[in-house]
Amino acid sequence: MNEQEFLEYVQAGGQVEVEDWMPDEYRAKLIKFIEMHGNSELMGVLPEREWILRAPTLQRKLALTAKVQDEVGHSQLIYRVVEDLGKPREQCLADLISGKAKFHNVFHYPTKTWGDVGVIAWLVDAAAIISQKALLKCSYAPYARIMKKICWEESFHILHGRDVILTLMNGTDEQRELVQEALDRWWGPLMQFHGNPIPAEDDPVVQWRIKTQGNEEARQQFLDGYVPQIWELGLTVPDPKLRKSDEGVWEYTEPDWDELKHVVTGHGPRTAERLEFRRISREETEWVRKVVLAEAA
Amino acid sequence: MTGCVAGSKSLSDFDVLLHIADDELVIGWRDSEWTGIAPVLEEDVAFSSIAQNEIGHARALYQLLSDDADALAFDREPAEYRCSPLVELRFVPDWARTIARRVLYEAVDELRLERLKSSPDEAVAGLAAKIDREEAYHRMHAEMWRERLRDEPRFQEALDQLWPYAVAMAAPDERDELSRRFKRKIPSNSLLLGKEHGNHADGWPALWEEMTMVRRSIPGAAW
Amino acid sequence: MIYEVFRQERKGVAFEHAGSVAAPDEAFARAYAHEQYGRRGESVALWVVPRGSILEVEDFVDELNKNYHRVDGYSLKAKLKEARERAGVPAGGGNTR
Repeated sequence: MNEQEFLEYVQAGGQVEVEDWMPDEYRAKLIKFIEMHGNSELMGVLPEREWILRAPTLQRKLALTAKVQDEVGHSQLIYRVVEDLGKPREQCLADLISGKAKFHNVFHYPTKTWGDVGVIAWLVDAAAIISQKALLKCSYAPYARIMKKICWEESFHILHGRDVILTLMNGTDEQRELVQEALDRWWGPLMQFHGNPIPAEDDPVVQWRIKTQGNEEARQQFLDGYVPQIWELGLTVPDPKLRKSDEGVWEYTEPDWDELKHVVTGHGPRTAERLEFRRISREETEWVRKVVLAEAA
Repeated sequence: MTGCVAGSKSLSDFDVLLHIADDELVIGWRDSEWTGIAPVLEEDVAFSSIAQNEIGHARALYQLLSDDADALAFDREPAEYRCSPLVELRFVPDWARTIARRVLYEAVDELRLERLKSSPDEAVAGLAAKIDREEAYHRMHAEMWRERLRDEPRFQEALDQLWPYAVAMAAPDERDELSRRFKRKIPSNSLLLGKEHGNHADGWPALWEEMTMVRRSIPGAAW
Repeated sequence: MIYEVFRQERKGVAFEHAGSVAAPDEAFARAYAHEQYGRRGESVALWVVPRGSILEVEDFVDELNKNYHRVDGYSLKAKLKEARERAGVPAGGGNTR
């Protein structure tokens, strides 16, 4: 197969396995894409883990621990795929900590209250699941296969998030205010989450069918599914322009794409602190990996 | 606490079960501090399951002792908690001491569960048996690490350092068995002083503060 | 070392490849597979195998269309029609007695 044939093959729905021939560009884009996903799952743990310790009921403590555990588990699945493609896990983690590799915007922001816990589990996870469902059809089969397990595990995250939010909304005025205030802070990052609208023809990741859904399509899906859920609880979205047109397309204030770029290139409000936290934890446990797990690939 | 004793448990039974529940809650809390930063991703996942089990055991025990398990778990003053200093100590990011504590804790816990399994109270005996079965994975995990770290000096040092805490946590008639298992002498009373249930380690007030901050922010609210 | 994990979703069904874990030895591989592939009750059993122990076989050749031992090698419609006509049975089949 040559590169043109390969392109036609994947565009026709062909599946690629780890030992199949693949163009260098495909392999490189694949590694970068999948690695970013793994990094995101792992960095997503940090804003949420503090709240495990602060969870106000035993059930919430358990649910949140399980949710975060899933995210770590997902990063394990994902880095294994990257490793089999040729980039070792240790290298991925080193690149993450040094700032060389990227992770999704939402994990660069602080969490401030229990309201954030609800909003993240309800809406940030929802935005992520839309992308993840589209990845079930990824041309690279090992990645598509782990997406199945990931999507299955994510299903309770959404319910947990909704449960937290509904309990707060049915509670006191102060609790409702927690949700609104958190939503006001997270709306911007949520709108940026799926990335700036790149036409499919210009997006190599879509051309190679690594991604099977365009950024704008994902965002529209998110708005369609979740804005009604937000409004029906009496919450407001901090965007006066947000409305669904007669043609069924959601209109909104154009997100600040420069801000998105600025954040994902390592300049988010919590980026440095979190990477530093990771770096220190890794240093302190290096002896465990060296002395004890030297055989682990 | 007389308002929340379920059934006709005697105060001493209540006290013993509360010790265990508080121990499980706090060691679950400490073990959760490794979430996302364990030495290896696979270990992170496995360790988190152990932490969840511990909190789950605490929950089941609180439910046995009270109609409102969350209130019992979170609404007491720091001095009212009966966890042992061993579980309160903060070790992150020290893996050697974390594993040393797991190993010691599992041993003490196994002995006290064995005793509880023959409780005349059916509910207690039944729950102890269930918890004991869940602990199978924990013991396997602890043994696996103990074997791996056997020759690692910092692990043996950690065991030595935490040994008095573990002995202080155990009932007097369980200490000989512990001594046999760990091939260490039972420390003198002066070394055990301050490490038994009812005492609290330095890190305890800060832990309690963080553990209860959300709940205390809006008293009486549902979460 | 990489260990491949196969999981059985419930008794009676086939073990399926589920993924892999990195572990230094069998004890760790078991412990890690146990939680990564079973913590949600999604498996009743796992097979955990060092990757190096797996033998791949994939050079399957059928150059001369060996359909004699496959269902698609048999087309009986025309023959059946002819046989029925010979026996005087109406086209749609029916009772000869």
